[in-house]
Amino acid sequence: MAAIYNLYIINKSGGLIFYKDYGSAGRMDTNDSLRVASLWHSMHAISQQLSPVLGCAGIDLLEADNFDLHCFQSLTGTKFFVVCEPGTLHMENLLKYMYELYTDYVLKNPFYEMEMPIRCELFEISLSQAIQKDRVALLGR
Amino acid sequence: MIGVSKIKQYSNVLDKPLSKGKQEVSLSAFAFLFSELVQYNQTQVDNIAELERSRLEDAGYAVGARCLELLCHREKGNRRETRLLGILSFVHSTVWKVLFGKVADSLEKGTEHEDEYMISEKELLVNRFISIPKDMGTFNCGAFVAGIVRGVLDNAGFPAVVTAHFVPMEGQQRPRTTILIKFAEEVLRREARVG
Repeated sequence: MAAIYNLYIINKSGGLIFYKDYGSAGRMDTNDSLRVASLWHSMHAISQQLSPVLGCAGIDLLEADNFDLHCFQSLTGTKFFVVCEPGTLHMENLLKYMYELYTDYVLKNPFYEMEMPIRCELFEISLSQAIQKDRVALLGR
Repeated sequence: MIGVSKIKQYSNVLDKPLSKGKQEVSLSAFAFLFSELVQYNQTQVDNIAELERSRLEDAGYAVGARCLELLCHREKGNRRETRLLGILSFVHSTVWKVLFGKVADSLEKGTEHEDEYMISEKELLVNRFISIPKDMGTFNCGAFVAGIVRGVLDNAGFPAVVTAHFVPMEGQQRPRTTILIKFAEEVLRREARVG
């Protein structure tokens, strides 16, 4: 069964603003998650320079032996990425949906400071619900 | 001729009929505007109680006063409510319908005190995208809506103290919101006299 390991949101300067892990594999402590976030931010930026194709926007998908990493970058430079089991489907849709939840429950919250870690209850609740639904949908296949 | 307007031109803007206006407003636009209102006021006050009471409620009061005038003209044909239940059902149905697109979930009379009434809502529209941080305690952005209700009641001749509260419900993750209306002495005395 395809599963999601963890979710990250990084701001435009590469700082980790949201991290959530699901399932037992790939669990990380705070320091490791911060390190991964800044590492990914740098790699994403470097890939834009290295690309042989003009107008490259960065890395969308990283496939490895034990995991896949899907990344979505918004027009403002905020990056949403998810580490999941190899071959998990519909991750792009999940990332886009997560972006919608971000614009709704984080950006419309007057108590949220831009570029700061996300501490919005509603965002976390609706994200968990989305992940549950995805799990259920995947089970049904 | 293409583009000829059929709208009758009024020489005096006061002669123009009061239009129904656009029925729908973008929820996102409102949410951003309201979020900015809260943020702006947060920088201007020293403590949370002041933010809730004097800033948000007063902003709502202004909206309520104007709402009453407009809705009395549009919806009720310029009739004035003189009874307590009348004005309460006006707030609960008409005002809510025009402002939030639906009537309020429930209107109840308080059991402990004669002068208390409660309008309950599962989730206020203004609070839809807002998560209150833990260190803000019992602060509720619904104070804006409480201010609107107070503005309507005050200008209709029913002075009251109106506050917004979160009421936790068993089995629900999010608490429901209650607008508590406590009428002034004179209102109850007048109501008793009128019978």
